[in-house]
Amino acid sequence: MRMRALGVAALATLAFSATACGDNGTAQPSAAPSAASSGPASAPADKGNGKLVIWADPSRVTALKPFADQFGTENGVTVEVKEISKDNQQTFLTASQQGSGPDIMIGAHDWIGNLVQNGAIDPVTLTEEQKAAFPPIAIKAVTFDGQIYGAPYAVENVALIRNTKLVPDAPATFDEVVEKGKELKKAGKVKEVLCLPVTQKGDAYHVYPLFASAGGSLFGSTASGDPDPKKVLVGSPESIKAFGKLKDLGEKGDGALKTSITNENYIVNFAAGKCAFLVSGPWAMADVKKSGLSYDVTPVPAFKDGKPATPFVGVQTFFVASKGKSKALAQEFVANYVTNKDVAKALYDADPRPPALTAALQDVQASDPDAVKFMDAGKDGLPMPAIPEMQAIWEPFGIAETAVVKGGDADKAATAGQKAIDGSLKN
Amino acid sequence: MTLDVREAAETREAPRPRREVTTAFVVSRIAVLAVTAAVLLYAAPPLVASRSWAALAVLAVTAAVLAFLYLTRRFIPAKYLIPGTVFLIAFQVFPVLYTVSTAFTNFGDGHRGDKASAITAIETGSVRQAPGSPEYSLTVALRDGEMVFLLVDPKTKQVSLGTGEGLTGLSGAQVGVTGKVLSAPGLTVLKAPEAAARAQEVSALAVPTRGGVIKANGLSRAVEGRAALTYDAACDCVKGEGDVWKADESQGYFVNAKGEHLAQGWQVNVGFANFARVLTNPTISGYFAGVFGWNLVFALASVAGTFALGMSVALALHHPRMRGTKAYRIALILPYAMPAFAMLLVWRDMFNRDFGLINQFFGLDVDWLGQPSTARLAVILVNLWLGFPYMFLVTTGALQAIPRELTEAASIDGATPWKAFRSVTLPLLLVALTPLLISSFAFNFNNFNAIALTTEGGPFPAESPQVGSTDLLITYTFRLAFGTGGAQFGFAAAISVFIFAIVAVISAVAFRRTRRQEEVYA
Repeated sequence: MRMRALGVAALATLAFSATACGDNGTAQPSAAPSAASSGPASAPADKGNGKLVIWADPSRVTALKPFADQFGTENGVTVEVKEISKDNQQTFLTASQQGSGPDIMIGAHDWIGNLVQNGAIDPVTLTEEQKAAFPPIAIKAVTFDGQIYGAPYAVENVALIRNTKLVPDAPATFDEVVEKGKELKKAGKVKEVLCLPVTQKGDAYHVYPLFASAGGSLFGSTASGDPDPKKVLVGSPESIKAFGKLKDLGEKGDGALKTSITNENYIVNFAAGKCAFLVSGPWAMADVKKSGLSYDVTPVPAFKDGKPATPFVGVQTFFVASKGKSKALAQEFVANYVTNKDVAKALYDADPRPPALTAALQDVQASDPDAVKFMDAGKDGLPMPAIPEMQAIWEPFGIAETAVVKGGDADKAATAGQKAIDGSLKN
Repeated sequence: MTLDVREAAETREAPRPRREVTTAFVVSRIAVLAVTAAVLLYAAPPLVASRSWAALAVLAVTAAVLAFLYLTRRFIPAKYLIPGTVFLIAFQVFPVLYTVSTAFTNFGDGHRGDKASAITAIETGSVRQAPGSPEYSLTVALRDGEMVFLLVDPKTKQVSLGTGEGLTGLSGAQVGVTGKVLSAPGLTVLKAPEAAARAQEVSALAVPTRGGVIKANGLSRAVEGRAALTYDAACDCVKGEGDVWKADESQGYFVNAKGEHLAQGWQVNVGFANFARVLTNPTISGYFAGVFGWNLVFALASVAGTFALGMSVALALHHPRMRGTKAYRIALILPYAMPAFAMLLVWRDMFNRDFGLINQFFGLDVDWLGQPSTARLAVILVNLWLGFPYMFLVTTGALQAIPRELTEAASIDGATPWKAFRSVTLPLLLVALTPLLISSFAFNFNNFNAIALTTEGGPFPAESPQVGSTDLLITYTFRLAFGTGGAQFGFAAAISVFIFAIVAVISAVAFRRTRRQEEVYA
């Protein structure tokens, strides 16, 4: 008798707490019960209407919020800006696949190849007018296989930042950079010739301008001018020569490239006056400005009689998720809001990377001349290859770089790198 | 044996409930059951929505069984066993089965979804704006409750009506300055929020034209597009751009005559291909012995080093004449209390040749992480620092359990302290600690962080950029599975199965030896 009463009480509690739980559910307050009653097919379709979900990294969430709210008010929808901070690309892909992903994702343009092969993003149609509002390199970066896959909002690339107290005039060639650096080191004015991160595993991104200037290249190009994954050129004779050049700059040569200079210490060292030259991007400027050094930003100069020292150009982009629930809203936001000058400026204020929108860049110029200088340094740069095959390049290239910087044989290092890359691409 | 236990349980059970049904007991039981049921019921709507009937059935049966079990007075042992079993299934058995089943697929970048979503992705990805077509400005309207598009050509200001049947001219519409239609005869023009509320319908409406379809691009513009690639179910192939890609179910790709495939693929069963790839991959087979050898050395050195150091410190603090043991203990626990993740990065920077604390402090110029031998020494030292507090803690605990009389008796019998330690303390310690040492070995055998956050497997010899001197099996196979070709979950799962086999064999052998040892000392 007593036990039965107990059972009834328990069941009642169960039912009660279950409904309470359902009401508190954040994602689908009203959709959940209706899903059970009105048939399963309509339930997921209803969920997206009137709600737009944006995923952004922590530094951008606050900047986006006011514009997201404004967009929400204008269109009578709720906009949720969600912070996502770790492994963004993989998190987005996994969530998308499960149907719990956002409508809009913010990320680097070189994700495009991988996102496209996973069917995670849709092309975006920009009007001719909208396209013209961006510099050609930004549009080129977000174009993949002839289609534009997102709206660019910030462009970043490395440049040569120099301490103008130690080196008043911009060096015309990279040979001069090294010469001047060595001279200052000898005089005891600096500790290192150059601050460019090499690390124990190599850093293809920062060293690429030098590699390119010495004649090296990563991929051949297809008929349409895109990088051709079938033609990896890391082990080509030209690239071997370029690795040889890096060896000359390395620990057994000029001592300009050193494995002890890492991503953690290269900016700090420059800010502390331990080197007169820094190869870095806009992200270094906060530390450099804080140090109070007098500095200038110029393009990375080419070697004497060398090819142009083209840096990699990365473009931060708004993507429309294929599996988003409010695609029309997402397209509206990406095509008409991201191309808006005020949004671009607000994003710049939150995280000072040079805005992609030309009008916004001009606005920013007055308060931050560096932004334009960085943009200039990258205008002939190489948009980071967005093909998925690029992932196979980074590590073997970096290891070859470290090997030659430590004085290893350029031919051997480049050939082994090529072999490793071909092996993983099955060329 | 089992029968005895049950009988004992049942005989003891009979008089029990009457005594033990207290208010607290009832309330706590109701609370726990309520929470369990709430969690289970909460999972139901999404399963209904995604039509996963099998999963729903499992859920219902589980809920019923749990409710029945805890509402009856019988099955006392099961009441104690079930929670552990549920967690074992959820967190051990299921992940293992899932990993093994993934190992037989090509799940990974390019092969995440099913074929239908690959086809959708291929078709939408190939839609291009029809050349020369206008950038229509879009107004959404309703005609007898059905959604229609009002399209304004920005150049001619001409208004057209787009429906699911096609495009027709429309007269009498009033167009605003921005190109939005303000009103039109016989139609209800929707304002922005109204259109936004029907965003799904807006995206779904396709207006067929001669060259393609007009679809909304956002809520204020519409574009005439044409899919360059289309799927043909009759030949199970994708056609377009003057080529044909046939579905290849063994690869999960659409492949053309030249053997090239479209970027978007789908997940297929690949049988033992991933396992074969592990066994035949020249990078794996060529360097396996070396990496495996170093992996053993690393795990053994880590366990032996941390145990030796931890035990010595514990013994020293266990000495009755030791003063200030509390302060020492706090200091010794510190490395264990700090997040290993951050400490590993700090150690990496301390080993930096030019800017690291270690070279500066000792006045050295050693490229610690740049040479194979010093890099190996460095990672073992770091791991020693991180790991010894744990050994110190468990040894301290185990020492409390060894009666002091035993060592006192040994010293009365004339044993030197060393002899007493060797023959009395250490064997008794090992009985308690060997299982922990074995699990510590298994942990260090796969200690991904200790390598990935310090040397990243390096230094790498120039001639083999895929295998570094400090690479463990787990770090170098991780690189193969995730570093170069995007994420290859199927391949990674196959590797995990192999590593699991290796660790399981080593642990099984070790446990068997321990049992024998226990028999000797017990």
